[in-house]
Order: sequence, then structure tokens, then C-alpha cells
Amino acid sequence: MKPAPFTYHRARDVAGAVSLLTELGEDAKYIAGGQSLVAMMNFRLARPAHLVDLGGLRGELAYIRDDGGVLRLGALTTHHQVENAPLGPGFAVLRDAMGWIGHLPIRTRGTVGGSLAHGEATAEWCLLAVLLGAEVVVQGTAGVRRVPAEELFLSFFTTALEPEEMIVEVVFPRPAPHAALTEFAQRRGDYAIVAAAVDLEAERVVLGGVAPVPLRVPEAEAVLARGGTFAECAAAAAAAIDPPADGSGGADYRRALTRTLLVRACEAAMRR
Amino acid sequence: MSWVGRSAARREDPRLLTGNGRFVDDIRLPRMLHAQFVRSTIAHGTVTGVDLSGTLAVPGVVAAFTAGDLAVDDITAVLDRPLSEFVPTAMPVLARDRVRFVGEPIAIVLAEDPYSVEDGLEAVRVTYEAGMPVLSEEQALAPGAPLVHAAAAGNTLVDVSMFATEGIDDIFAAAHRVVYVRSRTGRQNAVPLETRGAVASWDPRAEQLLVQTCTQVPHQVRTVLAECLGLGERAVRVVVPDMGGGFGQKCVVGREEIAVGAAALRLRRPVKWIEDRRDALTASFLAREQRYDVRAAFDAGGRILALDADVVCDMGAYSCYPFTAGIEPLMASAELPGVYRVPAYRVRGRAVTTNKAPSAPYRGVSRPQIVMVMERVFERAARELGLDPVEIRRRNLITEFPYAGINDVTYDPGSYLESLNLCEQMIREEGWYERQEQAAAEGRFLGIGYSCFSERTGYGSGAFAKRKMAVVPGFDLAEITMDLTGGVTVTTGTMSHGQSHETTLAQIVADRLGLDLAQIKIHQGDTDRITYGFGTFASRSATIGGSAVARAATKLADRLLRLGAYLLETDDVELHDGHVRRRDDHGRALRYRDLAGIAYLKANLLPKDAEPGLTASASFDVHGDGTFSNAAHGAVVELHPGTGRVEFLRYVCVEDCGVAINPQVVEGQCRGGIAQGIAGALFEEVTYDAQGEPSCASFIDYKVPTANEIPDIEIRHLETPCAFTESGAKGAGEGGTIGAPAAVLNAVNDALRPTGVELDDTPIRPETVQRAIGANA
Repeated sequence: MKPAPFTYHRARDVAGAVSLLTELGEDAKYIAGGQSLVAMMNFRLARPAHLVDLGGLRGELAYIRDDGGVLRLGALTTHHQVENAPLGPGFAVLRDAMGWIGHLPIRTRGTVGGSLAHGEATAEWCLLAVLLGAEVVVQGTAGVRRVPAEELFLSFFTTALEPEEMIVEVVFPRPAPHAALTEFAQRRGDYAIVAAAVDLEAERVVLGGVAPVPLRVPEAEAVLARGGTFAECAAAAAAAIDPPADGSGGADYRRALTRTLLVRACEAAMRR
Repeated sequence: MSWVGRSAARREDPRLLTGNGRFVDDIRLPRMLHAQFVRSTIAHGTVTGVDLSGTLAVPGVVAAFTAGDLAVDDITAVLDRPLSEFVPTAMPVLARDRVRFVGEPIAIVLAEDPYSVEDGLEAVRVTYEAGMPVLSEEQALAPGAPLVHAAAAGNTLVDVSMFATEGIDDIFAAAHRVVYVRSRTGRQNAVPLETRGAVASWDPRAEQLLVQTCTQVPHQVRTVLAECLGLGERAVRVVVPDMGGGFGQKCVVGREEIAVGAAALRLRRPVKWIEDRRDALTASFLAREQRYDVRAAFDAGGRILALDADVVCDMGAYSCYPFTAGIEPLMASAELPGVYRVPAYRVRGRAVTTNKAPSAPYRGVSRPQIVMVMERVFERAARELGLDPVEIRRRNLITEFPYAGINDVTYDPGSYLESLNLCEQMIREEGWYERQEQAAAEGRFLGIGYSCFSERTGYGSGAFAKRKMAVVPGFDLAEITMDLTGGVTVTTGTMSHGQSHETTLAQIVADRLGLDLAQIKIHQGDTDRITYGFGTFASRSATIGGSAVARAATKLADRLLRLGAYLLETDDVELHDGHVRRRDDHGRALRYRDLAGIAYLKANLLPKDAEPGLTASASFDVHGDGTFSNAAHGAVVELHPGTGRVEFLRYVCVEDCGVAINPQVVEGQCRGGIAQGIAGALFEEVTYDAQGEPSCASFIDYKVPTANEIPDIEIRHLETPCAFTESGAKGAGEGGTIGAPAAVLNAVNDALRPTGVELDDTPIRPETVQRAIGANA
């Protein structure tokens, strides 16, 4: 469980990081908190020839700014920083969701941008970004572009980012005072078997663990839109999905969890 | 006030808690190489080629060896039983041609650093001819199944039928009621926090191979090293540094320990191997995968009349040394009747071999299962006979001691009934039965479950000889020496891997010699410092090791008294607070350091017949059936229908380990044991895919519960002293693990009562609970 050989580079600024990665080619990867990448490297499931460490950009890219109802998070902001940020009721959903991410040591190193770029389908940031209609600000050789979160996740651990593109910021365009995320796993801190997130005002429902990407469920959203009950919403979601079966649970179990968790998420969102 | 019975602060803690412990991985020697193993990627087949040429070209790699290169003897564990009952099978240090599980070591690669060695592993080319894997006991026992070992027909390593009370079939035929339980338990890994590891080096001056390894059984590792490498035992020294747990996984000899020894001999360079977590989870020693088919006959009053059991243990690919594949089925067969008066008994116990990582003892060894099975038997009988589940136990518990069991075991006194009664009383007085009724009225699923059990500890030569082990562990030795400053060093053959022996053994010595703990040093884990020992497993250290230490201390005390009496010119002397003094005149006393000064530096002043120096040694063994600790556990759980989560609302344990040398240490043992029992009941299982690839390569998939999942546990103590151990202590190391699965399973089943579903297998997954309630509530 030691990584394959790689060359370590430390970036000084965003532009330098992007040009370095462009120069190094596809065998190069950015490393931020390293909480997923290093484990994969230790198992030699990932074997980048070059790592470009973004740790030096923390001064530039670790920030939490509330610009009049638009929340901007620098890509290198840690989960722990968000967990402890004085976010108002409009974005309390983000702060409260942080407790679901792994364990404290993981949260002190893992970053918002790193989690989104990794694209794990039950990752809290991926679900939250889709739920709140976030825009992911990305810098590449061609300059800066803004990718809607819903268009970011393509498949298992696969995003719409070009290899050299780097997430620099995530923009949450509107407050979500009645939103919530909840999960179930057998142990606290595990990857969710199913995660459910809801924004009652935006009438959005997003599930994790039931598809290769964070999944919006229009059938469940329609129930919210027509003023249906939370139980109806959850039932519609459970009926609409085609979840996978694996060691953590079968498809029926994931449907059952969806019914339970989505009601819980709706109730928590309502209570806020 | 005596030291025994006091929760003295752990003497290990200051160094461990400040990061000053020294574990195997902390050892760094000059010119040390790092070793890892090329491991089989298939579950069953023949190795047709191993090409190491690419590996030797990897920068940093120094050497790589196959079985042919190392040419060491196989490890073979044996029982003194006929071939019809036991088939010996050799475990090669490195696979010779056949591979029998994914992860089996095929070659050892040695490099200058731990990174290069893994690059080297990747460059090895192994070719195989794959065979059909045997992956379950059903597959193993199926007619025409592929054979894991050519010598083991029907893939059966152990097949022992025992007891078979005359007329038992007639009892079943005439019984008022016959209850059936079929139960399966999942394969588990003991998961010591510190994985296995060893550093081997050749000492040319001592002409010794020094192997520093984290083992529970240093002398057995020495014996196997000497045998496999063709060395005299005097040419091997095994030293054990601090250990981060073992739980039985380290009380067997690992083939990797032998391989690093062989590599160090060959290269004349120190070799370190630290097992990584992936190997620890997939390719070390596992345990616990068993199937029980049990019938029990009852009369109308709920008294058990007969017990008939078929036990099959899936022991994986090899017999472990020294216990063999018999460890689980023989334990299960001998102990199944447990704390109950069973008048007739028949059992068949088998060990089958499969293409999975081999099994070793794991804390409790079969007793978590047999207690679970027996407690299910009584719960089911209570249900079927309309009796209270606690009351039916009361009617069947052994209450008079010594009790000669149908299983040819004599039980020494315990508090079986008292512990169950106190446990139930605690649950009842806290109002859990009322809360359960209220919950039921609200449509919630709250369950209360108990387990009641004893645990044989202090297995001596007598008990292990009855099992017909070729290597009969049993006795232990202790040596004690007083130094010139009046303190003592005690050397023991037992080996603490987290049990606080430096504290508890010192407490025993302190009482015998009138010394403070600070004046006592406990030394363990060095085969050059004590003649022999059997290490620490089977809850033997307080009972057997502690008794040997107590006897050695008593002998030293006698010498001090005799020397003091001579020097103080009276026969009437006593030991007090580091002095020998006259009973009639406390002012006339000699400090121990004064006595030591004479014994070592002024031997001319000693009586004529006295030996110089102040040293003593002693041994202790148990020739009978050992001593039985006992306990009752009570669990209250709530099941959450929407997720299948099992939430603990209460957990109580009433334990009786005789005299608790250090109650805090006993409670630590209980809590940790219960956590591991809950782990087996609800969380952990090593699973394999259809090709025999293990599915648990990390803690993502092997779900060791954390402090978040383990409830607060209240522990109460009863004390029925052991009559024949020196301190009155019984073993306390395993009970928590033994009692927890049954209590949890019973509580879950109690909660599931409205659904009509009964679960007899572990681990119980949330999915299973959710389905049971969802489909039936």
C-alpha cells in the first residue's frame, strides 16, 4: 500500500498550476487535500506520474464569501472550514451537511473543489452543488468557464473537466433556507448507501447512491410542485429510480432507504 | 491494603500515551531491507511459472526468492488423532506449486525501501493454471468437489464424533418438544490495530538469528523458526516489543515470520516485513465461519433433556500452528452444553478446508457461536412452550458445583444464576419492560435480549492433552530476581499484547513481597530470558502465568524471610514495606537492599547452606479442566423500520472472573470484548466473490464498528474466587466477545416478534432487518 513512483510539483498560483498540468499532460493530476486521491494511489488504483500540489494556493483559494445571497467558496476551502463558518440561515444546509463527510481528520484536509473534481456519486458536495444549482468556476488553458453543477458529473468518478482544468470556485447563486441533506450508512462516516437532499423552495430532489452520478428526480420534484405530501414525494422518488445492488444493499433496500431518507430530509428542511 | 483488587493505574500507559512505546515498525536497523510478498491472485490452482527477472531490475530491489530458492521446511500442525479424525496438512512457507487462496505468499521481494519493494512486486510475472475454487462448506462437502489438499478426502481436515449418550435417540423420540436451530456465522478478521510484522537479523557474534516480531507466542515462533530453518533452538532468539493487539490472530505462527528469518539468514542483512492493511484484511488469519444444526429435546416444564449437534467450521486453506484446524470444531464440540444441565449429548464436529485465507483462534474461539446457538435454543423453546425466556434458563442453569458435565468437563464454582438474576433485575428496575410495551403500542420495535454463559479459562496441560494436541500448551514459568537496590525483575513466559500484564502481574508480586509497583519490573517477550513459555491466549495469563509469578514471588519471599531471620537472630520475622522485621520488635528490621547487599556483595556473611544472590523460579500448570468465568449480558435495542438500523438503548454486563486483580483492567477487557462481539453480531464479515476474490480489502468494506456504533456498557462484578489459582483469579480476556452476539441476536429477535421473523445468522445486516419489518409488519 505504497504509491507508484511520481514526481511532485508545487504550484505557486492558479495560472502556473494550469500551465504546468498542460505541459505535463494526461499523466499529471492536481492534489488538494488528497483524502481520496492518496488512498487510491496507495492501492495503486490511481498512478499519476506527476502530482501538482495546490497546497500553496490556499491563501488565494480558501475562502467563504456571502455576497448578498450569493455564496462563493474558494476551491481549497476545507469541509471543516465550512462546518465552522458563520453561515446564515440561507446556507445553513451546507454547514449542517459537513458532519456527514467522513471523520474530523478527513474534514480538516479534504476540500470543496477536490470533492467535486473527484465526482463520487454519494459525495456530499456533489449532491449539494446539484441541489442548490451551483456553478463551478473552472480555469483551463482557454481561460475561465462556469460549469453548472448538473452538467459536471458524467459517470462514476467522471466529470466534464478537461485534464488540465482546475476548479477555482463554487458559486451557490441563491439561499436555500429550507433545504436539507441526510444519509444512511451502517457506520457514521462511511460512504452513504443512500443520500437524500431536498430544497423545498426550489422544489429540487437529489439522491446519491442510486445512480452513477448525483441524481435529480423529476418525478419526486413534481410531487413537491403540486403540493403533495413528503411521503408521496419519497414514494415517487423510490418508484422512479433504478438503483444498483452491491455489498452494501440490494436495489429494493436502496428504494426503501430512499423512501425513509427523503421524508427525513423534507421534514428537516421544513423545520429550518 | 493489598494491591490485588485495586484499580492501579496502568504502568504501560505513560510510555504508550506519550508516543514512547516501541512497536515492530519502530525498529530500524542499519542496512535493513524491506520485504513484501508476491501473493496469489487466484483462489485455487497450480503455479506454472514465477519470473523474477523484471523484479531484480527494479531500482532498489536487492533480492527476490521463491520457495525453491529459500528451501525451508513446511509448517505442519498436528493432532494426536487417527487419520479418520484428523488429516495433517503442510503449510509451505512460500507456495511450492499449488496455491490455495487469494493472497497466499508465492515469493518474497526485498528492497532498500518500502516503496521500491512494492514496485518490485508489480514486476513479478506469475503464471497459473487455475482450478475450480472451493468457497463454502457446502461446496467443500459436496460429492465430487475439487480437493483443496489431495490428502483430505471430502475436504475434511477434522471429523470427530463425541459423547453420544446411550439412548439419546429414544429421548428425542419421547420428548414433549424438540426445538431446532440452524445458525451460520460470518467469517471474521480479528483486526488488531497493529498488523502483523517482523524484523529478522543475523547476529554473527551471538551466532543467533534474532527475530523481533509481534507475536502472542514467542517460544512457539522460535520452535517453528528452528524447525523450518534447520537451526538449533539456541541459535534463534525471538523478542517481542510493544504490541498493538493480537486477539488470537498472533497466537499462531505466520509463514511470513519464517520467510523473513530465512531471507535474513541468506542475505546476512536485517529484513523488515510490516503487513499492510490490505494483506492483513485478506491474507492473514481469519476465523468464525461456522454452521450449526442443533436439535434439543425438552420436557413440558422446559427442562432440556438432550442435545444433538452437527457443527461444521470452514477453516480456509490451512491448519494453523500449533492449534490445527481442530481449534474451532473441537472447542465447539466440547463446550456446547455450556452453563446448562444437559443430561444427554451427541455432537459431530468437522473442520473443512476451502480456498480462503486460513483460520486461527480469535478471542472466544467458537464460544461466541455456541453461546449464541444455546441461547437461541432456549429462547425458541421458551417461545414454543409459552415460558418466560429468563425463567426457562433458570430452570436449566447449573447451580451446584463442582458440576460434572455430560461433555466430560468438570465445572468449578461460578455464579450462573446470580449473574442472570442481577442482569435481569437491572433491566427490569430501569423500566425497560414497560418501555417495551409502550413502544409496541406506538408500533415501534424494541427488544430485550439476554445471554448467559461461562467460559473455560486457564487451559492447562490437562485440558489441551484431552484435545489430543501434539504440542500441549499448558504450564508456564516465572523467574524473579531481587537486585542490589531492593527491587525485583520478574520474567514471565506469558506475553501481553495489550492486557496490562506489566501492571497486573506486578500487583500480584507486590502483595507477596510488600513492595510498591514502582519497585517491580515485569519482563516478557524474550526467549533468551526465560526457558520456555506458551505466551498469551485462551485467557491463561492471569490464571496460569499469574500463578507462576505468584509462586516465584513466594519463593523469593521465603528466602528473604530466612535470610532476615538469620541476620535478625529470630525465627519470628515478617515482610513489611520493603523490609524484613522482627514481629516482636518492629524497630529491628533490615531493608531489602541491605539483604541484597549481603546476598550479592558480602556472601561471606550468609549462612553456610545459603546460595548467594536472591533469585527464584517457579512453574504453574492446571491438570484438571481449568476454571470457568461466567457472565450474563442484557441488551435493549430498537429497530428502525425505515433503515433497518439496530440502535442500542442499553447494554449491561454482570461478570464474574473470580478475584479481579485490577477491576479497571477487567472492565477494559469486558468493554473491548463486547465491542468485538457486537462487531460480529451486526457489522463485520469477510466475503468473497464467485472466483474467491476477497471483497474486503479496506475498512470501507470490512466494517469494524467505531466508538460511534458501540453503546455505553455498564459492568457489574460478582466474585466467585477460583480455588486453585494463586490469586483466585479466573480468566477475563474473552468473555465480552463470547456473550455479546447472543444477547444482541436475542434482543433483535425479541424486537422482531410482531413480524414473526426469527433470525439465527450473523452478522445481521440492516437490509435484513428492514426487509423483515417491511414485509411483515
